[in-house]
Amino acid sequence: MALLKVEDISISFGGLRAVSGFNLELKPGELVGLIGPNGAGKTTVFNILTGFYQPQEGRVIFDGKDITGLGCHKINRLGIGRTFQNIRLFNELTVLDNVKIAYQYAGRYSWRHTIFRTGSYRRSEKEIADWALSRLEIFNLDGKAGEIAKNLPYGEQRRLEIARALAGRPKLLLLDEPAAGMNPQETMELLELIKWLRKEFSLTIFLIEHDMSLVMKLCERILVLDYGMTIAEGSPEEIRNNPRVIEAYLGEEVS
Amino acid sequence: MSQFLQQIVNGLSLGSIYALIALGYTMVYGIIRLINFAHGDIYMVGAFVGYFAFRAGLPLPLVFFLAMAVPALFGLTIEFFAYRPLRKRNAPRIAALITAIGMSLFLENLGILIFSPDPRPFPRVFTNEPIYFAGGVTISIPQILTLAFTSVLMISLTLFIRFTRTGKAMRAVSQDAEAAQLMGVNIDRIISVTFVIGSALAGAAGVMVGILIPRIEPLMGIMPGLKAFVAAVIGGIGVIPGAMLGGMLMGMAETLVTAFISSTWRDAIAFGLLIVILLIKPSGIFGSSSRTKV
Repeated sequence: MALLKVEDISISFGGLRAVSGFNLELKPGELVGLIGPNGAGKTTVFNILTGFYQPQEGRVIFDGKDITGLGCHKINRLGIGRTFQNIRLFNELTVLDNVKIAYQYAGRYSWRHTIFRTGSYRRSEKEIADWALSRLEIFNLDGKAGEIAKNLPYGEQRRLEIARALAGRPKLLLLDEPAAGMNPQETMELLELIKWLRKEFSLTIFLIEHDMSLVMKLCERILVLDYGMTIAEGSPEEIRNNPRVIEAYLGEEVS
Repeated sequence: MSQFLQQIVNGLSLGSIYALIALGYTMVYGIIRLINFAHGDIYMVGAFVGYFAFRAGLPLPLVFFLAMAVPALFGLTIEFFAYRPLRKRNAPRIAALITAIGMSLFLENLGILIFSPDPRPFPRVFTNEPIYFAGGVTISIPQILTLAFTSVLMISLTLFIRFTRTGKAMRAVSQDAEAAQLMGVNIDRIISVTFVIGSALAGAAGVMVGILIPRIEPLMGIMPGLKAFVAAVIGGIGVIPGAMLGGMLMGMAETLVTAFISSTWRDAIAFGLLIVILLIKPSGIFGSSSRTKV
């Protein structure tokens, strides 16, 4: 069964049809990319999936449940985590607190934790902190747990955003241009990290990316959006050779 | 010298009242970027609840509890019925601001309607007999009570914001509400909590002012509300320690000007202080430079 099923969603802002009849099906464990020129509506799709916008038409079904019109925090608690195109950390909080908040709030659906947890409040606070630290370790950020998020260098802020999104223990992770602003080497490291995370946490990943080399190497399937409409869908190979895509987006640069 | 110290003591107790009210302004602003102009009137509600509770002969802790709980309920209700619908419809911020002014006028006139516009003497719960302190400085029991209880409230609030899960979520929402929502934080609940805490603090300030300056009336919230707002801006709106410091500065400036210059100049100089501080540091003492939203 599909983990995520998006049926014909559309949204307009004023006269602009930002997303028009968008469909998507993600199977558990898939890694799918969403590409398209600037302003094609990619982030809008993310905003609909996370409940930040309500689609005017269509439905979003996640994990067998219709989540269309559900509030952001509820959708997040059901298991959709995301990162942002422009980094949006809780800048004045520590690195550790950024992760802890996501864990404590998004993790609420796991009522079993609450019931079977033993020991005092203090102990559970410590458990949470330990857990968050172990997550930071994956991202090589455990040494910076006590630092204020805004003081981290750019690359680390990007990693912290992913760490924070994962702290909610999502089933589906939405990454909005995770490689933006990274140099080629950092991008390659990110690629490995995403592959590893997906396996380690059995994640389904849907990502927006402008870095073609990353998308082509990482994704099994790619959707191309232009003017709010899906103009192509297929394997990286198919996308690379699709004339409509080349015309709309990739131009001469495809190698 | 002792005269000066005396005025410092007086200024601190007045300032702590302003600080308590300023906290509500600053917390609400920090979370939803709204200047809640009805906040000064919430403080009036607290004073009236305290008035009736004392007259009913309730013990002091219960009086304070009621005088914090009832305004908290007011704050919660106002947010729910007046501000939340606007937020849900993505109304421009000016609409919320006008609603806040409307709410303020509503509460003031409701107060006049129910309690009549005449000032009432607040029950004398404590003797105002000054207690002699070191160096000829005197302090009264209401002043001690005000300073002590304000300190307790401020310390509790600071600990709450710093260490509890809800406190951290409040900070997260004030830094990036959208991101917080997408991390599972229910911002409606956080906003409600903010209004409850802010209103409870204002309610406590209302009772304390009744004990300190035993005269209450339905329009009593206007000036202190305005001054507390100014205090919040001086400290850096949205910043909690800023509201505390701003309130103290405001109370101190007012008391010192009254004592050493002239009481007619009191408000002019207090507000002049605001202008000077904002000229030097436009975002307030603890305020960070303007945030860019991306």
